[in-house]
Amino acid sequence: MSILDSKTPKGPLADKWTKYKNEINLVNPANKRNIDIIVVGTGLAGGSAAATLAELGYNVKAYCYQDSPRRAHSIAAQGGINAAKNYQGDGDSTYRLFYDTVKGGDYRSRESNVYRLAEVSANIIDQCVAQGVPFARDYGGLLDNRSFGGVLVSRTFYAKGQTGQQLLLGAYSAMNRQIARGKIEMFNRHEMLDVVKVDGKARGIITRNLITGEIERHSAHAVVIASGGYGNVYFLSTNAMGSNATAAWKIHKKGAYFANPCYTQIHPTCIPRSGDYQSKLTLMSESLRNDGRIWVPKNMEDVMAIRDGKLKPTQVSEENRDYYLERRYPAFGNLVPRDVASRAAKERCDAGYGVNATGEAVYLDFASAIQRYGKEQVKLHNVANASEEKIIELGAAIVKEKYGNLFQMYEKIVDQDPYKTPMMIYPATHYTMGGVWVDYNLMTTVPGLYCIGEANFSDHGANRLGASALMQGLADGYFVLPYTIGDYLADDIRTGKIATNSSEFEAAEKLVKEKIDFFVNNRGSHSVDYYHKKLGKIMWEKCGMSRNTKGLTEAMAEIKMLREDFWKNVMVPGDAKEMNPELEKAGRVADFLELGELFAKDALDREESCGGHFREESIELDGVQKGEAKRKDDEYAYSAAWEYKGEPGDAVLHKEELEFKDIELKQRSYK
Amino acid sequence: MNLTLKIWRQKDAGSKGQMVDYKVTEISEHMSFLEMMDVLNEQLINSGEEPVAFDHDCREGICGMCSMFINGEAHGPDRGVTTCQLHMRMFKDGNTITIEPFRAKAFPVIKDLVVDRTSFERIQHAGGFISVNTSGNTQDANSIPISKEAADEAMDAATCIGCGACVATCKNSSAMLFVGAKVSQYALLPQGQVEASERVLNMVEQMDKEGFGNCTNTGACEIECPKGISLENIARMNREYLKASL
Repeated sequence: MSILDSKTPKGPLADKWTKYKNEINLVNPANKRNIDIIVVGTGLAGGSAAATLAELGYNVKAYCYQDSPRRAHSIAAQGGINAAKNYQGDGDSTYRLFYDTVKGGDYRSRESNVYRLAEVSANIIDQCVAQGVPFARDYGGLLDNRSFGGVLVSRTFYAKGQTGQQLLLGAYSAMNRQIARGKIEMFNRHEMLDVVKVDGKARGIITRNLITGEIERHSAHAVVIASGGYGNVYFLSTNAMGSNATAAWKIHKKGAYFANPCYTQIHPTCIPRSGDYQSKLTLMSESLRNDGRIWVPKNMEDVMAIRDGKLKPTQVSEENRDYYLERRYPAFGNLVPRDVASRAAKERCDAGYGVNATGEAVYLDFASAIQRYGKEQVKLHNVANASEEKIIELGAAIVKEKYGNLFQMYEKIVDQDPYKTPMMIYPATHYTMGGVWVDYNLMTTVPGLYCIGEANFSDHGANRLGASALMQGLADGYFVLPYTIGDYLADDIRTGKIATNSSEFEAAEKLVKEKIDFFVNNRGSHSVDYYHKKLGKIMWEKCGMSRNTKGLTEAMAEIKMLREDFWKNVMVPGDAKEMNPELEKAGRVADFLELGELFAKDALDREESCGGHFREESIELDGVQKGEAKRKDDEYAYSAAWEYKGEPGDAVLHKEELEFKDIELKQRSYK
Repeated sequence: MNLTLKIWRQKDAGSKGQMVDYKVTEISEHMSFLEMMDVLNEQLINSGEEPVAFDHDCREGICGMCSMFINGEAHGPDRGVTTCQLHMRMFKDGNTITIEPFRAKAFPVIKDLVVDRTSFERIQHAGGFISVNTSGNTQDANSIPISKEAADEAMDAATCIGCGACVATCKNSSAMLFVGAKVSQYALLPQGQVEASERVLNMVEQMDKEGFGNCTNTGACEIECPKGISLENIARMNREYLKASL
């Protein structure tokens, strides 16, 4: 086991980034023209990086598997983006955003990266507004904010419930400008299937053209992976159907360490599962918890009556409701961080209080918010002797303005009107904090190979706070990588074009082709989805919201067996030389079948509860925190970076010890 | 429920296509339309046939990847939804459902129900942006006050997901709702003013080059748009175009 060097600059925390920027090597504008950079993925991180690098003068080649960069799954992020602007004057600051993020991540992130993130957060908002992103405004024309889980200030900027969409369209527009100038060469419907290393450095990728099936070689002086998270290892998640870990996993197999795979975020406010045919889960923004109150019935008779359809939730009286978050966490109530809210829902449902047929649902109720807003409106508009109906009508209008699109989405899926009856929600896999290990420069353990956005592990520790994913993606792409990559490329100005006819490219291409040929010729007995669903079930049951030694050990063995079966019996119809969605899925599931095992191994290694990783063996035994997660800072204050050794189960652990000089490690208390 | 599906099958862009009948059984009304398609594909794979290729990704109505012309309507019979949000409760046991790709000269078929919408991309390259470089020194976001009304209206236009339902629905295969929405978003914001003339002229020129038809104000696009993009955006684009041409 070796100790990893994070390459964090010396000096006081608040000065590190500025000092670093002043001292790094720069590439002369004339030389940038001679340097190529590959960016894989066009979400917030990849899109913003591609655009910014092209603006700087580099030749960028960008790749996405969708038919347009605008469709990357960042588009689905709803709630908002954090920034330490302190526009509300409620005491926010760079330090406070840094502090909240480190605390929210349960003290398992790298202090220097998080501080830098908080530092550049304000620039992101300025940049996006300059691009024409239509953030919500108040009547004076200034930007509006909302609050999000786990924090005590209002620092979240938003564009209705479509913030991710608007920010991505902003980055996409910046890309379009560079595509038009010829500075970005865009490869839509292309999937990266391997990275190519020459003399130990990342120098290119092998891709498959998803329309023609052609295998192609692309070279560059540096490669940036921005391919998102691995939530689809659970089969059911809030990720897009195509979201996959292939790019990240392939670079792992070529020498990039993979860190903290067990840190997964199970988001509390998703629409519950309704049947076995389900293909994905739908998230509803956490911002709903600003106004919605979460409850289950206090009495089992009411639960049964509701499940049998004999009782409506609106008929359960106040005293017979258990607002369990408000009960357990009076200080934060319904706004506790996501991991805490999810586990609390699971606790109630495991105890039998789930309110739908599957027993896996709790209520999210807007009745009191509608009342509160209605009364406010009555006062504002001087409505005399307002009737109950009038109050509800006025209140519902405010709720509609805030969450209209989410309510509509819920109604379309569940066929119930959430203005009249409480929503049903249940946690679902949403985001992965773990990912490819990177240093302060966002470089992986392979020189010239970078990883940004959700695909890397860096900023969220063991749990991500709401509205921080968009912030990190754009921080990495707009403001961090464009600096740090220059420091590396400054040594490459004399290299010249990287040839694609080298033996390294040839070897990588050959392996990719062999695997594809195997898939289309195997003609086994089970579809790719058959295996993906089985993997998902193992992951959810044994590596889900709550984990233990027995389950994790079993998961490792079961995933390995499933993987062996997959390589014998998988059935991929069609041909390699055509559009073939099943073939695409096969490659992705093959990688998930390896990643899942490393995930379980990592979770087994970490015998503590922290953030989204809850080990049943590590809980507080007494005091006010009885039953809550118990972190073990003496033994586990490190990031676990795994080195690939041929089989996921044989991966070797490298530790990056986490030092907290500017923050005191405390138990997270939201009581 | 049990259904008969009539689906457009076409091997690739160069091949001829045809409608093929399939049967699916025990479809739950709670399924989404694409989950029903998943059931069909699983069935086809297990019987050694080629599954139906269709575009889809987020399955929550925001990425704009899914398309399909279902029973003669873009994104099917429901309103304000994409195909991925369409639920089987909109259909009845015994129904026959016709499923075709989006049809337009500027959206050639790639395979089965998958079409090529890169013409939309090229329109965006022509002017769908504000020319501002990334820097940590752009002015403070609050130094550009924008009235709530303008911001909300710009947001409504910016809600477009670029799916192409407007084109598929239009008898002229016009892309004016799509282009109008983008032009409007920037026309409504102070940041977009500097390049306003050039933007609308270039985007419209590219739109025409791609082979999209013109608008004859039937309003079908607005009705079929899953995001409720309003016809006003076309009017605004025409106004902007006229202003820029004078």
